[in-house]
Amino acid sequence: MNKLTKYALGLVAASTLMVGCAPTSSDAESKGTSKGALNSSAAEKVYVAPGEHDSHYAFISGGFSGQLAVYGLPSGRLFRVIPVFSQDPEKGYGYTEESKPLLNTSHGFIPWGDSHHPDISQTEGDLDGRWIFINENNTPRIARISLETFETEEIIEIPNSAGNHSSSFVTENSEYVVAGTRFSVPFPQRDMPISDMKGNFSGALSFLKIDQETGHMNIAFQVKMPGFDYDLSHPGRGKSHGWFFFSTYNTEEANSMMEVNASQNDKDYIAAINWKKIEEYVANGGGTMQPANYAHNIWNDAAHKATSTMEKEVLVVEPKDVPGAIYFLPTAKSPHGCDVSPDGEYIIGNGKLAATLTIHSFTKMQKAIEDKAFDGDAYGIPILKHDAINYGLLEQPGLGPLHTEFDTRGNAYTTFFISSEVVKWNIKDLKVLDRHPVYYSVGHLMIPGGNSRNPDDKYLVAMNKITKDRYLPTGPEVCQSAQLFDISGEKMELLLDFPTIGEPHYAAGIAADKIAPKSKKIYKLDENVHPYAVKSEAETKVVRNGNEIHISMSMIRSHFSPDNIEGVRVGDKVFFHVTNLEQDYDVPHGFSMIGAQTSEMLIMPGRTSTTIWEPKQVGVWPFYCTDFCSALHQEMQGYIRVSAKGATTPLTYTLDGDVPGEDEEL
Amino acid sequence: MKLKLITGVALSVVLFSCGGDAAKEATTDGAIKEEVKVEEVVEVVAESDGALSKGVGPITSITLGEIDAAMVETGKEVYKTNCTACHKLGKRSVGPALKGVTERRSPEWIMNMILNPDVMVKEDPTAKALLAEYLAPMANQSLSEDEARSILEFLRTKN
Repeated sequence: MNKLTKYALGLVAASTLMVGCAPTSSDAESKGTSKGALNSSAAEKVYVAPGEHDSHYAFISGGFSGQLAVYGLPSGRLFRVIPVFSQDPEKGYGYTEESKPLLNTSHGFIPWGDSHHPDISQTEGDLDGRWIFINENNTPRIARISLETFETEEIIEIPNSAGNHSSSFVTENSEYVVAGTRFSVPFPQRDMPISDMKGNFSGALSFLKIDQETGHMNIAFQVKMPGFDYDLSHPGRGKSHGWFFFSTYNTEEANSMMEVNASQNDKDYIAAINWKKIEEYVANGGGTMQPANYAHNIWNDAAHKATSTMEKEVLVVEPKDVPGAIYFLPTAKSPHGCDVSPDGEYIIGNGKLAATLTIHSFTKMQKAIEDKAFDGDAYGIPILKHDAINYGLLEQPGLGPLHTEFDTRGNAYTTFFISSEVVKWNIKDLKVLDRHPVYYSVGHLMIPGGNSRNPDDKYLVAMNKITKDRYLPTGPEVCQSAQLFDISGEKMELLLDFPTIGEPHYAAGIAADKIAPKSKKIYKLDENVHPYAVKSEAETKVVRNGNEIHISMSMIRSHFSPDNIEGVRVGDKVFFHVTNLEQDYDVPHGFSMIGAQTSEMLIMPGRTSTTIWEPKQVGVWPFYCTDFCSALHQEMQGYIRVSAKGATTPLTYTLDGDVPGEDEEL
Repeated sequence: MKLKLITGVALSVVLFSCGGDAAKEATTDGAIKEEVKVEEVVEVVAESDGALSKGVGPITSITLGEIDAAMVETGKEVYKTNCTACHKLGKRSVGPALKGVTERRSPEWIMNMILNPDVMVKEDPTAKALLAEYLAPMANQSLSEDEARSILEFLRTKN
């Protein structure tokens, strides 16, 4: 056999192998991937070459992890987990003295939360990339995260609320972020029989005013609604700007075995709230200031620390006092998602226990209000006639509709939890155009800019509650996941599965160029006003005050100053106030102390952080840098000598045998 | 080609000086400290070019006048905050001793090393040799050109 023949045979063998290995069409179908030649095009569409950047950020809540994770699209790569409602020992969040106040509440320090619905600030109906808000469901709170630093800057507790779920969505000029209660409770809280719930509980829908300069939130007013469950919400936009829509369930007001008893009514409501009208009412002195007790925690970037203030009152508005501001729109059945089309015209109820999507028309709603087309009232709030407001129903598109987002071409995309699929349909024609299975039990979905006038509609991310066989097993608990679709064509194309942290509950996405250029690189040392900040090694020191020892320490590649400390005694409370003197991008240092009953600290360039150590044993104890910072990282270490209680070892601190920062020639 | 050759010479001298040329002295606690005379190596590089290198970075030409006392004062403060964690004037610390640096290096090189250290340690032969010797990279403290200029002025008074 000559060489050429050998090569030719080899080629034939290889191509036979390739055919043999290719998935059968039924395999491909069961995995949801497209067939034949298109396989490679899906890979190309999500491939971001080494060193290249993704085109979009996806902020996916961690659900019961309490955090917010940042991914790139289309790659699905995880960049950062922003700690929000849960402590994070990796970064020291919720462990350092500076960050602890962020997790303060009226119930005391709460180390964990259940994060749900991130939403990005807007200007004139477009995402502006200033802040992202996210709600905590369990101990009702709203957080604001800076999209320059990707750090939590503010957390405000919501009084009179319980199960803060129909939150934290933003109006189209970021006038307000809302916080609606899922569970109704006594308002204000009091000791009463649970069985007396009906008619005696209330649902608080809170409107938090956002300061356009600082982003600071304040509860402008709480609307005291009937004791239903308020599940999700979205703002009106364009023509419906000034209104906010909340889905309700348990209009039965059941207090036990809700699985059955809260699903009796064929229709529940979407509550339409004219917040502009209420704002005007409040501006004219309306509402009642009522006693309350809730924490308002604000991070100060210059002082590098948070403060927690207990607020003592809240302005409450009774619906009956603002006639014409609130209506109920009958909607099938226990609607979950309550979504508004980009033009503000269609309000879509995703009736999770019905096989139907309800599409209301804002124009018809206004006419019905004008005509007083009412079908009775609930606790004094007019119920609009279903036929007078309804644009149409999308019958039997799937089972268990949960959430709808939109493209710019008049189409809507709805997730179906029970039938595990995403369905694309045309709003005007009420016609299903495409459907695609997801793996499995999809909850929410996200199109970047979905909650705005201008969705950026190339990608769709479906977030699944169950993955079963999609990944390598990891014991009883397997990862949850997101699935990326290309929606630019007529048919949705599944491109990628990627695992997520915690439960990928809900997400917000935005084009990278709206955030990346202004991402902060360092904290400037000369702007640092932390009371224990040091600007140079000459300022580092150790001061004893009774049994408290305050160490003002610095770090730079690759040493601490001071790095030898003596005169600490068992029973002392040692405060390490550590400043990273670096002023270069991507040079954090870590700090850890043997026996400290807390986490490490991860300290960004120019930042000061504090941790406490209460030494319990005599000896010489090391501390070191945890974040690999340079070739001499292993050398970035120091010692503290701990003497017995009552010992007279003098308090000294040195660097290389000298007073830190000493240079006799300077 | 010439540049490559010079770099090669410089590095081999560095390696040599690490091993054989190190002066050993006993410190107060009895430990042996090695003092390496890398500065001489740098002289070799600079002199072989026939002029002091300007380095790589935003500063291409500086004309020095009489010492500006006000700028020296500013520079001293900027120096204290941004340089002293790693540099002493009279002795080696994390980085080289800086006394006399304005005689060993051009003003442009000094400012480029302050403003553009990441590129300097990759592209400038002298800076590369220094990194190989000290291992801790010169930190970029994100200073402005004015701040770097004031440090230069301060260092001119420390010869």
